[in-house]
Amino acid sequence: MKLITTIVRPDRLPEVKAALFRAGITGITLSRVSGHGGEHERFEQYRGTALVMEFHEKVKIEMVCSEPFVEPCVQAILSSARTGEVGDGKIFVQPIEQVIRIRTGDVDNAALTAVNADAVQRAAINAAGMGGAV
Amino acid sequence: MTQATVSSGDTAWVLVSSAFVLLMTVGLAFFYGGLVRPKNALNTMMMSMVALGVVGVQWMLVGYSIAFSPGNSWLGGLSWLGLQNVGLEPNPTYSSTIPLQAHAMFQGMFAIITPALISGAIVERMRFRGYIVFLVLWATLIYDPLAHWVWGSGGWLLKRGALDFAGGTVVHISAGVSALVAAWFLGPRRDYRRVPIAPHNVPLVLLGAGLLWFGWFGFNAGSALAANGLAALAFVNTNTAAAAALVTWAGLDLLRTGKITAVGVATGLVVGLVGITPAAGYVTPMAALLIGAIAAGISYTAIQIRSRTKLDDALDVFSCHGVAGIAGALLTGVFATKIVNPAGGDGLLAGNAAQIGVQLLAVLATVALAALGTLGILALIQATIGARADVPEEIAGLDLSQHGEEAYFGTDLGGLAGTGTSLGGSVVVEAFVEAAPVPAPEPAV
Repeated sequence: MKLITTIVRPDRLPEVKAALFRAGITGITLSRVSGHGGEHERFEQYRGTALVMEFHEKVKIEMVCSEPFVEPCVQAILSSARTGEVGDGKIFVQPIEQVIRIRTGDVDNAALTAVNADAVQRAAINAAGMGGAV
Repeated sequence: MTQATVSSGDTAWVLVSSAFVLLMTVGLAFFYGGLVRPKNALNTMMMSMVALGVVGVQWMLVGYSIAFSPGNSWLGGLSWLGLQNVGLEPNPTYSSTIPLQAHAMFQGMFAIITPALISGAIVERMRFRGYIVFLVLWATLIYDPLAHWVWGSGGWLLKRGALDFAGGTVVHISAGVSALVAAWFLGPRRDYRRVPIAPHNVPLVLLGAGLLWFGWFGFNAGSALAANGLAALAFVNTNTAAAAALVTWAGLDLLRTGKITAVGVATGLVVGLVGITPAAGYVTPMAALLIGAIAAGISYTAIQIRSRTKLDDALDVFSCHGVAGIAGALLTGVFATKIVNPAGGDGLLAGNAAQIGVQLLAVLATVALAALGTLGILALIQATIGARADVPEEIAGLDLSQHGEEAYFGTDLGGLAGTGTSLGGSVVVEAFVEAAPVPAPEPAV
């Protein structure tokens, strides 16, 4: 099992989410974060005060995958989050020792598969096939 | 006029204008509140809102009497304390067509907003109790005498022929100069120029600026104290100057930074309104256009200079009200003409250069009284109950430290996690969902 943490542009989030769902990764946790990468600074003006915004708004997505899903997950993020400009973000992959589902007490791989994983994945693939953006 | 009669039209307009000016103080609360940081939003808005109460009471009890009742050339008398002897009959000294009580209420709204304007310079660092004492003392010792000098029967600046239609000296210069002194006396916020300090809610600033513009029609056009041609002139001039200043400010923004900012537009329109206030009933609309544009240019420059100094006039009250107010007062001496208002005066362009001297005298007298008075009042407060918030109070934010409230409670995990527990006993919050029993785990695959 691996914990995959990725930092992406907020405006790429719909594409990343759709790609992850199509790859069968349906359990994800989002947070809004601010970060400093290699991007150019942004300037804001308030009357006499000029502010240099050194931190840029990003979205952090965390998901835990069983081994067969790790590579598809990484590929899904790479294909959907990349714009080619500085600031596209990062993917971090770390080992996970144990996973426990609170509702049932299931552990590890049994705890990782969402009950509606197949339905979510099917819907995402259908949406993509019909030309839907999400 | 010996036998004065009440005009229903004039009275209706002045009463409505009074309500307009009251709304300006609420607008000011939004304008200032949006410009500070979230942890000080309530305190900043309260500095305006509480003036509605404190100065409203002060005005009724003593303020109106000191400012307007018959007295000498420096102070009014005490015969109108508690609004006694202020009746429903017109008083020809001030207006022969509206009840004197309507005049008292209209003027009271001016007395309320003026000290509230000062608060913008001292936000995020003044103790609220000290501020309330400041409100009472400033209104009584500075605003009321000044209003008497300029508008009161027998006031010495009135006798000199100083032109101040709706309060350029009494309201804006006095507030602006006092703001400068107060900002200097209290010292900068502890993190001023160390961390970026940006407005936390620009939409609130725009809402406030809009309410100020709306209310200013009562402020200026209402100062005609009648529903007549003079009121219409003041209305037109008010709108013209605000619009010209907005356009000028936006143009300067564009030149300097390449973008037109919302805070800039809001500031610019207010500056135009400040600039036209002393001139509104004395100049032509074309002159109003120029006054608005000039006031915006000067004020814009003043803000750029101020922001490079250590002087923490946090919301630039001096640059907006003091500088633009002085510009407006002097420009009144340039553009005033009896063609538009025979009861007014002629300025430089109408061949009366001496008017500028009179205007300058009024400005200097206002600056002196406001600066020295504010310094004395703040020194007294600092020596007794304390004016400046201490470091922990400032770090926690004045909303929590002064009011025990938060503007945006529950917007972070604190609200979600239920960190609060009711102390009163009347509100009982209990967990309404029992934790479900954990089923026996199925064997792992």
